[in-house]
Amino acid sequence: MAVITYRDALNMALREEMQRDDRVFLMGEEVAVYQGAYKVSKGLLQEFGEMRVVDTPITELGFAGVGVGAAMVGLRPIIEFMTWNFALLALDQVVNAAAKMLYMSGGQFPMPMVFRGPNGAALQLGAQHSQAWESWLAHIPGLKVVAPSTPYDAKGLLKAAIRDDNPVCFLEGEMLYNTKGEVPSDDYVIPLGKAEVKREGEHVTLVSHGKMVLVALQAAEAMAKEGVSCEVVDLRTIRPMDVETITASVNKTNRCVVVEEGWEVCGVGAQVVDYVQRHCFDSLDAPVLRVHQADAPMPYTKSLEKAAKPDLPKTIAAIKQVLYLD
Amino acid sequence: MSATKARKKGEAATVAATESAAPAASDAALNRDLLYSMLMQRRFEERVAEMYAIGRIGGFCHLYIGQEAISTGFCAVLRPDDYMITTYRDHGQALARGMTPKAVMAELFGRQDGCARGKGGSMHMFDKQLGFLGGHGIVGGHIPIAAGVGFAIKYRGGDQVIVCFMGEAAVNNGAFHEALNMAALWKLPCIFVIENNRYGMGTAVERASAIHDIYKRGASYDMPRGVVDGQDVHAVRAAAAEAIERARKQSTPTLLEIRTYRFMGHSMSDAVSGTYRTKEELEQYLKRDPIALHRQRMEDAGEISEADVAAMDEEIKKIVQESIDFAEQSPELPLEALMEDILVETTS
Repeated sequence: MAVITYRDALNMALREEMQRDDRVFLMGEEVAVYQGAYKVSKGLLQEFGEMRVVDTPITELGFAGVGVGAAMVGLRPIIEFMTWNFALLALDQVVNAAAKMLYMSGGQFPMPMVFRGPNGAALQLGAQHSQAWESWLAHIPGLKVVAPSTPYDAKGLLKAAIRDDNPVCFLEGEMLYNTKGEVPSDDYVIPLGKAEVKREGEHVTLVSHGKMVLVALQAAEAMAKEGVSCEVVDLRTIRPMDVETITASVNKTNRCVVVEEGWEVCGVGAQVVDYVQRHCFDSLDAPVLRVHQADAPMPYTKSLEKAAKPDLPKTIAAIKQVLYLD
Repeated sequence: MSATKARKKGEAATVAATESAAPAASDAALNRDLLYSMLMQRRFEERVAEMYAIGRIGGFCHLYIGQEAISTGFCAVLRPDDYMITTYRDHGQALARGMTPKAVMAELFGRQDGCARGKGGSMHMFDKQLGFLGGHGIVGGHIPIAAGVGFAIKYRGGDQVIVCFMGEAAVNNGAFHEALNMAALWKLPCIFVIENNRYGMGTAVERASAIHDIYKRGASYDMPRGVVDGQDVHAVRAAAAEAIERARKQSTPTLLEIRTYRFMGHSMSDAVSGTYRTKEELEQYLKRDPIALHRQRMEDAGEISEADVAAMDEEIKKIVQESIDFAEQSPELPLEALMEDILVETTS
């Protein structure tokens, strides 16, 4: 099996799905001639032409709405946001149009479309370019929200998102684009709404998604050296969330730490904690702890940025705390 | 501006068409259809106001009374496979496009036989079969969606068009400019129709827009544009025909400012004249009722008699009453419908 980057896995998914279904098109800033701000769409213009790989003006609200209109009349748009930070300008289309059209039309207009782009902080990009938006999007009924952590998942989940007849918000990791992993060249999809146990363990469950899954796996590796066995649950899809996999794991380990990139208040982890307290109350041996970004806008200052971000030491500290090891 | 004076390419065609459009009422059958459509919208909404007052209709409810020539003029020209998208002031347009009074009234009542199963309400009329892509509740939000429908038409190589209705207040919204820019840039078969009824809720156009001739906004995008008398159904129809032809044959968008007036308040929650306009102003505009003007023209041409109009009126009132009876008897959706239509189970 070929080892390729997360970026190339996404590119492979786009190419395969555009070959498979000529209603699928890609639209966004710099996706065509420039070959993608992060090169995810490299080569697609050459293969599919300018009607199916469409450069837009810098007009997020506008081209998100173009996607909504195209989906209403039978096309299957993939709308790329150069980053999800810019998608805030387009949220009226995502939330008020895409997510609600099926409902308020009494079931007449499914919205088969994908909004995708990098999410979360990279390095020293400052406050406006370093944000994780999944809790905002996951709040909305009518949307699906997906965040792949590995190249294998990136390909399989993006293909599933494109084939889904609902609006899917697909959150890629800017810091994951260069990560590598085994990716089959054949046609596979990973079902949306299913979490995956990325590492089995006995003593504590680490629930995470996207980039932070890698941190959770590193923490599990480090803790193994101290005789602690961590189970790592990768949500893969944040909405709908796979409550069954989370609670089955916590009922087995009796302890849980949630690791996410976003802010604490009303974050994805808060929802995980709610499910855990409802379904695992009697099996919990410690309060569930959360690892997340500090409750501040992201600073540019290198040392402050490091202090703000959830990371390996913070995750290990939380694991030790739920195990009463300190 | 004289017709012979050199103009920007965009302004010439539509303005000329508008000027030549006014009479041309030669086709008695067509005129009768236009009158019927406008009168249906009027009588329907008069009863809607009544039903709202007695609590049969809830929520926000925005009446179209005074603007019926616009929906009627456009729908007279559109093909069945074309698309329409509009704002929350959508009852008249839904009827003009061919939705039954029963489906619209039942929707207003929130009942399961409504065009959106009662889940949409006054502001969200939808009919996929008719290419009626909704009443939308966020000012300006549907304009980029219209551009997307235009994009899809071009993508598939079809010759349909989409007509996007909006109020004049929407032109101050970013979504308007983003959509018009893309429609012009990509030459999409869209007709953007500004129904300038002079007020965005209670704010007069002069208090909201730096440019009072709203159609001039089209110049920013080098888009063909024009201004039309919205109380004259033939003027609207002629301008619509030309813009639709341009979209269909040349895949070129048009911006039309249709000057009209809202005879009622912004919604059911404010008084008819309100604090923002005078009774005298309202009375002036009421003299140019689009239905009365059209009827007068038909009577002058000997195409219709007073008795004919009375008979048509009676027939329409009866149909509207039947729509109310139908809506009353239609049930609300069962409670399990609360969680239906959120997502579909299908993949492609």
